[in-house]
Amino acid sequence: MAEIGLAHYLAVGAILFATGMFGIFLNRKNVIVILMSIELLLLAVNVNMVAFSVELGDLVGQVFTLFILTVAAAEAAIGLAILVVFFRNRGSIAVEDINSMKG
Amino acid sequence: MIETLVFYMFAIICVASGVLVVTARNPVNSVLFLILAFFNAGGLFVLAGAEFIAMLLIIVYVGAVAVLFMFVVMMLDVTVTELKQGFTKYLPIGLLVTVIFAVEVLGATVAWHMAPEAAANIQAATPAADAVSNTSALGKIIYTNYAYLFQAAGLVLLVAMIGAIVLTHRKRRDSKKQVIAKQLARKASEAVELKKVETGRGI
Repeated sequence: MAEIGLAHYLAVGAILFATGMFGIFLNRKNVIVILMSIELLLLAVNVNMVAFSVELGDLVGQVFTLFILTVAAAEAAIGLAILVVFFRNRGSIAVEDINSMKG
Repeated sequence: MIETLVFYMFAIICVASGVLVVTARNPVNSVLFLILAFFNAGGLFVLAGAEFIAMLLIIVYVGAVAVLFMFVVMMLDVTVTELKQGFTKYLPIGLLVTVIFAVEVLGATVAWHMAPEAAANIQAATPAADAVSNTSALGKIIYTNYAYLFQAAGLVLLVAMIGAIVLTHRKRRDSKKQVIAKQLARKASEAVELKKVETGRGI
């Protein structure tokens, strides 16, 4: 870290976050890839948290990275469960089909 | 020097596999690239000196979350071609928003410099790496100052587990299961009936 510097890590985090956003825009027929894009977004946030934690010499950033990781895992489990139930009912995983509550 | 080279290797592979996650044709390939991205992010964390988070990333993400994704991808019977419909339709607007966002955030990070007061706000200073390892230093904070948050994180995982089971569990009508309570609730008076049968007549 001493040799590389904060800006490099932040750049990796920013590009990863943009990639995750791009994935949400792009994959309108596939909720699984949207969930993976959300995982990428959370990974980018974690990269930022760890970079700042190491740069400032403050361990609390890494503690909160741990909690973000926990929430990401829980979110993936619930999201995939909802996806499985949705596919069982509708036979499709396209985002456009998820509109039965539109009224 | 070697540290910089290793950083660029991890960073480039991580970003490239991130792009391949969102553009891959087959969702199975997406999951595999997601695993690669997480591995390389773990490498970046090791390089930064956050070994515990790196190992956690590999155990939790590669070991659990990615396998969960793989299960679901293989369980759902979807054709690959229909998944990619509208891919080119949303490409221009997606690319536009993404590039604008990336340029803005990159500009902010390049121009970043730490405020001088930031050093005064440190909550838990990192001990010297040769005295205490990263894992034990983190443990000393998590189990003392952040014990309640740690418990709450465990609760979140418990709720997620119960929620996932409740959502996906279904009763099968074709299987005959033993219900102990039903068996114990039966009384002899309801279950057995004695009939007086006359000789040569039958019932």
